[in-house]
Amino acid sequence: MFFYKGMEVHYRPEIEKEDEAILRDIGSMLEGFGRHRGDLMPILQKIQEGHHYLAPLALEMVAGHLNISTCEVYGVATFYNQFRFHPPGKHQIKVCLGTACHVKGSDIILENFERKLEIKAGETTQDREFSIDKVACVGCCALAPVAIVDDTVHGHMAPSKVEGLILGFEIEKERQRREKQRGESSQ
Amino acid sequence: MNQASKKSAYEIFLPIREEAERRIGEIKNNTHPNIYIGMATCGLASGAMEVKAAFEATLRERGIEARIIPVGCLGHCYAEPLVMVENPGFPPILYHEMTPGKAKMLVKAFFEEGDPLFEYILGATEENDLIPAVKEFSRFRSEERILMAHCGLIDPEDIYHYIAKGGYSRFAKALSLPQDKLLGEIRESGLRGRGGAGFQTALKWEMVKNAEEPERFVICNADEGDPGAYMDRAILESNPHQVIEGIAICSYTVGAQRAIIYVRAEYPLAVKIVKRAIAQARELGILGKEILGTNFDLEIEVFQGSGAFVCGEETALIQSIQGERGMPHPRPPYPSQRGLWGKPTVINNVKTFGSIAPILERNGAWFRGIGTDKSPGTAIFSVVGSIVHAGLVEIPMGITLRRLIFDVCGGIPKKKKFKAVQIGGPSGGCLPEEFLDTPIEFDSLTQAGAMMGSGGMVVMDEDTCMIDIARYFVDFTQNESCGKCTFCRIGTKHLLNILERITKGEGRKGDIDLLEDLSLDIKEGSLCGLGKTAPNPVLTSIRYFRDEYEAHINEKRCPAMMCRPLTAYFIDLDRCARGCDACVGSCPTESIFTTSNRKKAIDQTLCVKCGECMTACPPEYDAVRKVSPPELAPRIERPKEG
Repeated sequence: MFFYKGMEVHYRPEIEKEDEAILRDIGSMLEGFGRHRGDLMPILQKIQEGHHYLAPLALEMVAGHLNISTCEVYGVATFYNQFRFHPPGKHQIKVCLGTACHVKGSDIILENFERKLEIKAGETTQDREFSIDKVACVGCCALAPVAIVDDTVHGHMAPSKVEGLILGFEIEKERQRREKQRGESSQ
Repeated sequence: MNQASKKSAYEIFLPIREEAERRIGEIKNNTHPNIYIGMATCGLASGAMEVKAAFEATLRERGIEARIIPVGCLGHCYAEPLVMVENPGFPPILYHEMTPGKAKMLVKAFFEEGDPLFEYILGATEENDLIPAVKEFSRFRSEERILMAHCGLIDPEDIYHYIAKGGYSRFAKALSLPQDKLLGEIRESGLRGRGGAGFQTALKWEMVKNAEEPERFVICNADEGDPGAYMDRAILESNPHQVIEGIAICSYTVGAQRAIIYVRAEYPLAVKIVKRAIAQARELGILGKEILGTNFDLEIEVFQGSGAFVCGEETALIQSIQGERGMPHPRPPYPSQRGLWGKPTVINNVKTFGSIAPILERNGAWFRGIGTDKSPGTAIFSVVGSIVHAGLVEIPMGITLRRLIFDVCGGIPKKKKFKAVQIGGPSGGCLPEEFLDTPIEFDSLTQAGAMMGSGGMVVMDEDTCMIDIARYFVDFTQNESCGKCTFCRIGTKHLLNILERITKGEGRKGDIDLLEDLSLDIKEGSLCGLGKTAPNPVLTSIRYFRDEYEAHINEKRCPAMMCRPLTAYFIDLDRCARGCDACVGSCPTESIFTTSNRKKAIDQTLCVKCGECMTACPPEYDAVRKVSPPELAPRIERPKEG
């Protein structure tokens, strides 16, 4: 059992270490905010910025801080596209589905990422390496179709480029693994 | 206090302006080259950062002194990354599609040997004898820049750049003028809200100014949600101070002491730049308490939206700032009567606020002289899609679509045929060729079935399926419907279901009538602009492209060959070359196999119709064909293993 501002937060056995960190972080972060209803969105944005998603526990804590019900917080959070409720992957892939990108076949690009990683848009791979999201227009329409991988914008995407990008990450990962192995064996 | 001995706001402002002029003079009059690099989102996406790094490295390597100045967006997205070089002895030269390699060569050739590398030049920004000026291109000549006059030419992160161009002088002068005089000037200009609906700006301001409630708010709507329009982003990233000055003048006129800029979450760079701009204005005493020695206080904050299209609607936007779900309210009461926290509120678009300072710089009559009688001023369009010179274009209202698309933006690439232009995003409509002579202004566009809306303009060639475009927009609005009105929530879902069925080849007789009926019902039964305009793409595409609907429904054929379930790729065995493997490697699903006579064929059950094989097939063979309906593709069996 965990107490936050006199509110009982049920400690679930499945809460892992990262959730404990959330608990600590958000607790101290909330102190910096007012308790006005207008603070709700900035608080949620700040949490998302730091943790990249809104954990159920985080929503409970925000509700406690503003003295409103958790479902009220959940209702607002789910209304807006920006908030996510699952942890994103290490490499975040965002495929632009704006009008110009659509005309140039962005659905094919999205489909290629989905097929290659075996997840759907909005999901994260089992190993938490990759996640795919759809975004509506990033404002680079002249470069359509566009995909954003880890904050790098890739213009004029093609299915073959999708394979190349993912292959690049896999090679990098393999290289790191071997380096680590070499480091261990030399010790 | 004795009024006569007190300095006016403008007199207090003058030293700031002199300082700005001194600083800019230092940049302009030195003997080193100046390199201006376009570093707004679109420039960065095209690799401006790498170009900047290459310039820096090469300059250091060769020991050349030059100043690199990051600027915003010129609006010429097709030519990004754009770099302007001021080298003493030469006119300022624009270089387009820069790469790190070109940057390196330019430093060596231009700064060391005086060769401006003509092959990379787009044009000079001033008339001269040496290099053709950009003004000679119709893309530059036809534009009339009021809002974007300084975009891409000044450093958005340095307030002195804007002040040296005359920035904040109008605000400083306005502070000693009576509010009614300012309002009169805006009324005289005939400025209409640039957010899409075109409401008279002066009327809105007057209502708030005359409200009984002493506490008022000003909100700048930068929640640019239309997927395909990005001029608000470009303005905020390239010249945020012009917008802030407009907000400040508005706040003074209506008597508001707090203003909020509501920026979309998808624009992190714009948020950063606007925040810095506000902080700089505060430091110089242009914002904050007792501005420029007067008793007028103004605080401007930035509020980040969280990605909801409906929040572009003013009442929903207010809900969102108040920490609620962004759901629209019935009007009246209008926000100018009861807005944010129940107080009278002015909500205007970025472009509206951006027009204020230029209007006061000259006068209302000057602004009224531009554009048409009913829609004065300029309009900014983001022209994208199948177009040669894609990007942001600021043109006087009233020029025709044909001039904009074919003269200013260079027409359709690859010798394709023009099919339609989609104006106004998800709320707008598609206009076919016969409407190309429609003048661009609020009323004539609405009459044709489209609308000015956000200013998004997507040009479509013969390869675009109008039904798929309608489906795309309905899919968007259906997702973004806030769910308050039943017709918008459920009606758009059914609209989408029917359109999806048609694009999959499962259309039924009577579907077109059903779509029309349902569309009209949704328009009737919805409260806000989102629902009222959501069926526009469907209605206009039925009105102007009914034959395409009929081809989809009756013949199961997509005339533009865009709907994937209705098309198929196959390899023409007469053209395919033995032993060539180009297509096999390109296929993401390994659906291409070798036939018994060592040519290639596509396994239709595995093909996802991405078109990669068509791109990969060497042009001398050109063997990949696309057909609709898919039954036209010959079936070839995969030979048995072994």
